[in-house]
Amino acid sequence: MTRNTGAPEAPDSTDAAYTELPMPDTLSIHSGQLPRQATLMTVVFAAAIGAVGGLILGAGPTVIVLLAWAIFLVALTTWSTIVEGRRKGTDRLVNAMVWSTFVIAMLPLLSLLWTVITKGGPVLTPDFLSRDMTGFAALGQGGGIYHAIMGTIMVTGIAAIIAIPVGVFTAIYLVEYGAASRLAKMITFLVDVMTGIPSIVSGLFAISLFIVITGDPLPRLGIGGGVALALLMIPTVVRSVEEMLKLVPDDLREASYALGVPKWRTIVKVVLPTAVAGIVTGITLAIARVAGETAPLLLIVGTFPSANWNPFDGAVQTLPVYIYTSLNGTTDPKYGDIWTDRVWGAALVLIIIVMALNLIARIIGNIFAPKTGR
Amino acid sequence: MAKSIDVKDLDIYYGDFLAVQGVNVHIKARSVTAFIGPSGCGKSTVLRSLNRMHEVIPGARVEGKVVVDGQSLYGAGVDPVAVRRQIGMVFQRPNPFPTMSIYENVLAGNRLNARKMKKSEADTIVEKSLRGANLWNEVKDRLSKPGMGLSGGQQQRLCIARAIAVEPEVLLMDEPCSALDPISTSAVEDLIHELKSDYTIVIVTHNMQQAARVSDDTGFFNLKAVGEPGHLVEFNPTTKVFSNPEEPATEAYISGRFG
Ligand SMILES: Nc1ncnc2c1ncn2[C@@H]1O[C@H](COP(=O)(O)OP(=O)(O)O)[C@@H](O)[C@H]1O
Ligand SMILES: [Mg+2]
Repeated sequence: MTRNTGAPEAPDSTDAAYTELPMPDTLSIHSGQLPRQATLMTVVFAAAIGAVGGLILGAGPTVIVLLAWAIFLVALTTWSTIVEGRRKGTDRLVNAMVWSTFVIAMLPLLSLLWTVITKGGPVLTPDFLSRDMTGFAALGQGGGIYHAIMGTIMVTGIAAIIAIPVGVFTAIYLVEYGAASRLAKMITFLVDVMTGIPSIVSGLFAISLFIVITGDPLPRLGIGGGVALALLMIPTVVRSVEEMLKLVPDDLREASYALGVPKWRTIVKVVLPTAVAGIVTGITLAIARVAGETAPLLLIVGTFPSANWNPFDGAVQTLPVYIYTSLNGTTDPKYGDIWTDRVWGAALVLIIIVMALNLIARIIGNIFAPKTGR
Repeated sequence: MAKSIDVKDLDIYYGDFLAVQGVNVHIKARSVTAFIGPSGCGKSTVLRSLNRMHEVIPGARVEGKVVVDGQSLYGAGVDPVAVRRQIGMVFQRPNPFPTMSIYENVLAGNRLNARKMKKSEADTIVEKSLRGANLWNEVKDRLSKPGMGLSGGQQQRLCIARAIAVEPEVLLMDEPCSALDPISTSAVEDLIHELKSDYTIVIVTHNMQQAARVSDDTGFFNLKAVGEPGHLVEFNPTTKVFSNPEEPATEAYISGRFG
């Protein structure tokens, strides 16, 4: 305490109050502690007991794991409560539960990745990636998914071209212009409803739209797939961009207005750049979500054995639909194996594309994030 | 370039809510005018109506007249954007643009309006404005660093530099020091003293000592009663307001007996 009052010797009432505070009889800030490896030790202990118990009961591995898990929770909590006290014991219990749920959530994902990679990995030869299925459909060898990869990229690209401007401008209207107006509320409601559209219905919409446009009773068009996917993408884009724009503080808008900057320039030069990281991430994730969509594409783009770059004419092969149709071949008594390989290979490529999009979203997010410079 | 402001019978609304009623004031050119008064009596509201920032809030509107150098701000055909280019504003919380460097922040008023200028001209404006805001020496070696990386006081002076870079006629400041420490506050107050020779300054402050230190004229705002609109109780030269106020309410407020 460094004070510089005129009279240093003057009795300081605050200080006096401090010294008169009654000290507690025992100031206990120490408590027991489990050894550093306690969790690991308990895991081993629980696993051993679980295994032995399970074998005695003649139970299968699932029961053994569950048994060991229950023993682990009880043992660790009891041990900790006895040695460290109730608060720490509860902490360990909750901690263990959180980790357990995390593992449960990760298991299917890892198992899925593992299966697809081990089964699909060997299939991914340069040939498989650079060839299409022309003339190979009925053969027991060869062929590839080049056409399906390109089809997926094209159809998803069309969807993005349609959905991004519509979604971004809708979000800008909702946040910057609509405020609490009736129209904005209605749009928000409709967007929410759109989020719930089953994908097959969006495919039906696209197909009926193009029946009207082309007059063909069963149109097969790449652009139709783009429209169907865009329909699924728009609500996601609107929602995520809207959230990001709302995060931009009003202070910044006012700072810009106060400099005599018109509203539209404020939006373009201040609001959007401030939110761009989140916007780009949201859009990329929306693209990733629809890239694996199957049902609407099955209806409107159909299948085709080779690459079709013309979205306005004829069927286009896409990865999800390729996987779906190839599945029929896997039961073939003679060529079942090769079809199975093709399915796994295509599935792996689809996962890689979606993961790459996710990764790109993260990288872009980092690049554009506002710099704090500390 | 500084200009005087005349406010006549100004009523300010938020939707149907009358926030401030019947303000009449003459703000002299090249002087500092302070608005003091308890929280919620409408100081910020009046300030924001002086450069048409008030109407940025949905439903907000104004009745009455604000005349700057003979021109009515709320007249027909007046472009609020043009008004704001002439009458700059500094806010309570420092708000530099997070996506921009210090250099770009100072130039924001020009760049955002897509004014083309040469690099040398831009450099001159940046240096002049930062010097004007007493910030040049602290940041001259890191102009390309983000504006958000500065301390609170520096950020506020950066915002002042940004506001004077567009060379406005009038500078409005809404509690510019309330988020700052005493040292930064005194830096900003020194700055206000210097800016007075070129600009008409209106400053809202909670701090009566600050009003007494920096201003030439002081306006005291208060609520007529709880639940009633705010109004201007007294407007006089600062020395008079603080030594010999006309109204008993002013006397009570500055002597700390209420508010
Ligand atoms: N955005 C707003 N919407 C509605 N009422 C507001 C808004 N801002 C301020 N008010 C009201 O206007 C009155 C004056 O507020 P303000 O000008 O911020 O006071 P001061 O700056 O003197 O503290 C207060 O009653 C306040 O509740
Ligand atoms: Mg205020």
